[in-house]
Amino acid sequence: MKKLIIAAALVAMTTSATAQTIRMGTEGAYPPYNFINDDGEVDGLERELGDVLCEIAGLDCVWVTNDWDSIIPNLVSGNYDTIIAGMSITDERDEVIDFTQEYVPADPSAYMALAGGDVDVDTGVIAAQTSTIQASYIASSGATVVEFASPDETVAAVRSGEVDAVLADRAFLADIVAESNGELVFIGEVNIGGGVGIGVRESDAELKAALNAAIEVVKADGRLNEMVKRWLDIDANY
Amino acid sequence: MEMCADPSTLDGINWWTCYLTTGKHQAFYASFGTVLLLLAITAPVVMVLGFGGAMARKSKILPLRWFGLAYTNIVRGVPDIIFFLFVPIAMDQGIEYLRHQIKCPDVLEPIRQGNDFVVCSIAKMPLSSSPQWIHEVYGFSLASIAFALVFGAFAANTLYGAMNAVPRAQLETAEAFGMSERQVFWRVQVKQMWLYALPGLSNLWMILIKATPLLFLLGVEDIVYWARELGGSKTSKFTYPHPDWRLYYFAFLMVFYLLMTWASEKVFNRITKRLSHGQATVGAGS
Amino acid sequence: MSCYDTLIDYGLRSIGIGARLLPKTDITLCDQFVLIGSGMIWNVYFAVFAMTLGFGIATLVAVGKASENPWASVPAKAFIFVFRGSPLFIQFFLAYELFVLIPKVGIDINLGFATITAETRWLTKAWLGAVIVLFLNTSAYSGEIFYGALRAIPKGDIEAADAFGMSGFRKFRRIIWPAMLRLAWPSYTNEAIFMFHATTLVFFSGFPAWRQSGDALYYASYFADKTFNPFVSYPIIGIYFVSFTLIIITLFGWANKRLNRHIAPEQKIKFRFKPQFIR
Repeated sequence: MKKLIIAAALVAMTTSATAQTIRMGTEGAYPPYNFINDDGEVDGLERELGDVLCEIAGLDCVWVTNDWDSIIPNLVSGNYDTIIAGMSITDERDEVIDFTQEYVPADPSAYMALAGGDVDVDTGVIAAQTSTIQASYIASSGATVVEFASPDETVAAVRSGEVDAVLADRAFLADIVAESNGELVFIGEVNIGGGVGIGVRESDAELKAALNAAIEVVKADGRLNEMVKRWLDIDANY
Repeated sequence: MEMCADPSTLDGINWWTCYLTTGKHQAFYASFGTVLLLLAITAPVVMVLGFGGAMARKSKILPLRWFGLAYTNIVRGVPDIIFFLFVPIAMDQGIEYLRHQIKCPDVLEPIRQGNDFVVCSIAKMPLSSSPQWIHEVYGFSLASIAFALVFGAFAANTLYGAMNAVPRAQLETAEAFGMSERQVFWRVQVKQMWLYALPGLSNLWMILIKATPLLFLLGVEDIVYWARELGGSKTSKFTYPHPDWRLYYFAFLMVFYLLMTWASEKVFNRITKRLSHGQATVGAGS
Repeated sequence: MSCYDTLIDYGLRSIGIGARLLPKTDITLCDQFVLIGSGMIWNVYFAVFAMTLGFGIATLVAVGKASENPWASVPAKAFIFVFRGSPLFIQFFLAYELFVLIPKVGIDINLGFATITAETRWLTKAWLGAVIVLFLNTSAYSGEIFYGALRAIPKGDIEAADAFGMSGFRKFRRIIWPAMLRLAWPSYTNEAIFMFHATTLVFFSGFPAWRQSGDALYYASYFADKTFNPFVSYPIIGIYFVSFTLIIITLFGWANKRLNRHIAPEQKIKFRFKPQFIR
């Protein structure tokens, strides 16, 4: 762990040759943040960013995927060392794990519905993925929440008319709306959750410091803004 | 392949050829091997555990009998999904805890730091510097053990029943020949029980096959994982965009399982015929 | 909040009665026990309805498979093969996809005293759709069990019935059916247990949970997610299932005694919980 502190200190100047292996945990099912591409490799904003951060911090990184449901228990029990999976920084999560500074600003969640419908997002039937911040938001609003196991199913439910609308991260829905030939539209936005950060174990202070320093670098040289714009179409302005 | 370099220009048969041979699809095809490998590894372990469990229940030592009874009844009383949801992570932590005690006894920091489970880095299983394939093999082994633990309990019950189903007269005859208790057990009871165990064991095998879609719960990238991954709708961020095709992928899995069942039924019918040979039961001689 | 208040708020939460929101922070052991217990209502509901409905069809399927008429035996065999040969997990998925495709219409059903409108969109809800899948599944498994039992009925029983001049449905109702049940009962008990365990798959794959009302596993994974700790909620649901399994064994044991009450002691079928059929 000593090595890490040095790496953090020298972060702007050098890439350490004797790298430590860090296992990067992601979900692999949340484009464009992270997904498995057609070659079977982890791809997306977080893959690109993660590799850059590892290079800056002089870490040797390997990518592993884990189901969203158990992604935090598997981090704290040490199966991998970071969660870099589009995870919003929330108070509940922060009690159990630590987050680096955010690398994607708080992106509003968006409601998506069939075009031409008249949906009231405060009283209607709204789909969300099980145990996401969107699901608990809908549950505490006046609407009826319907929880599906995967993001794909939530979109399918809107298409089939099972539900009136779906609430999810805007960046996730953007491509789907754009490529639906006008079948699907955004009907509203809501701000829930904070920015997206990398999750690390609370006992891993050095790793957190190293990653924070590396994020600082990509924020300063504008690389992060460019990546976020390209992948998510969000103006980050870091 | 050469022509697959720019998929957006492809159409018809060429598109399909390229689509069905992507790296991701190859992983999908390979995962069928993973499932078969799991079955091949688990089945013998299940038999060993089952035999051990059955022996424990027949044991003359009371605590061992209790243990056998508790193992078979508790495991069978809980749905297998629930077992799979926390047994691998518990086993993983158990193994690392033991390794920590042995390998770095002088580390005084507690293993449980708040929510974190922290062992010294040389006690990690596998080491975090190990290549990815070792991690996958390890995860796969944990999954196999979880499967074997669950199905071992069922096998124990079947084998226990089968041992008791061997006709008394056969055992008494063996005793009359002057065999010791041990010899009677190993040479007669264990040899003869298979016929009685076969219907139960063949069912167990069918059950085992049909439990494999739960493998993805254990963190193994199995056929269900890839079917979901490939079938889900793909936007133009992907090389091969397509709408939601999960239905077709799952229908394909359904065919795979039906074929497995069909083939297994054939094999078991053969074994039954073989075992019934020379036995004084209704099934014999036909 | 005392545990009694929790019971009032969440005891029937799974069927939509009580507090609207689930506990989010400061989750106590009591919260977990009560909510997961509340979820068991769904597991019991699924198992009871599927088993009750499936019982009759299973008899038909068994008789069909045993029939010499190919118009009866071939469909029965195919039905059993498909539902026993594929994982329930995949059956749920395919059934849900199929139900979604059905056009959403209402069908008026006249019950004499009132007219209700049966809507096809109910099929995509767990309370109907999942029951149908479980019902078909258990019919196939029980059908195979009953078929095995039919073939094991002693010839003497049937000859005796013939000698009494019984025939057709009467012979079936009075002789064959009771004998079949008696022989099939131990295996049928296992089927009941496995069906009960299989109900945990409903919300886990296929059917969505409405208004955060789900079964025991839904709440167990909710807590595992909220507390980030799988070592509390999963053992709790395990305790529930072991207890309910014991209840099933007791109930079916009583029924077994009744079925065997006229049989000479040494011929009685020993009641053993052995693994015969599962999915």
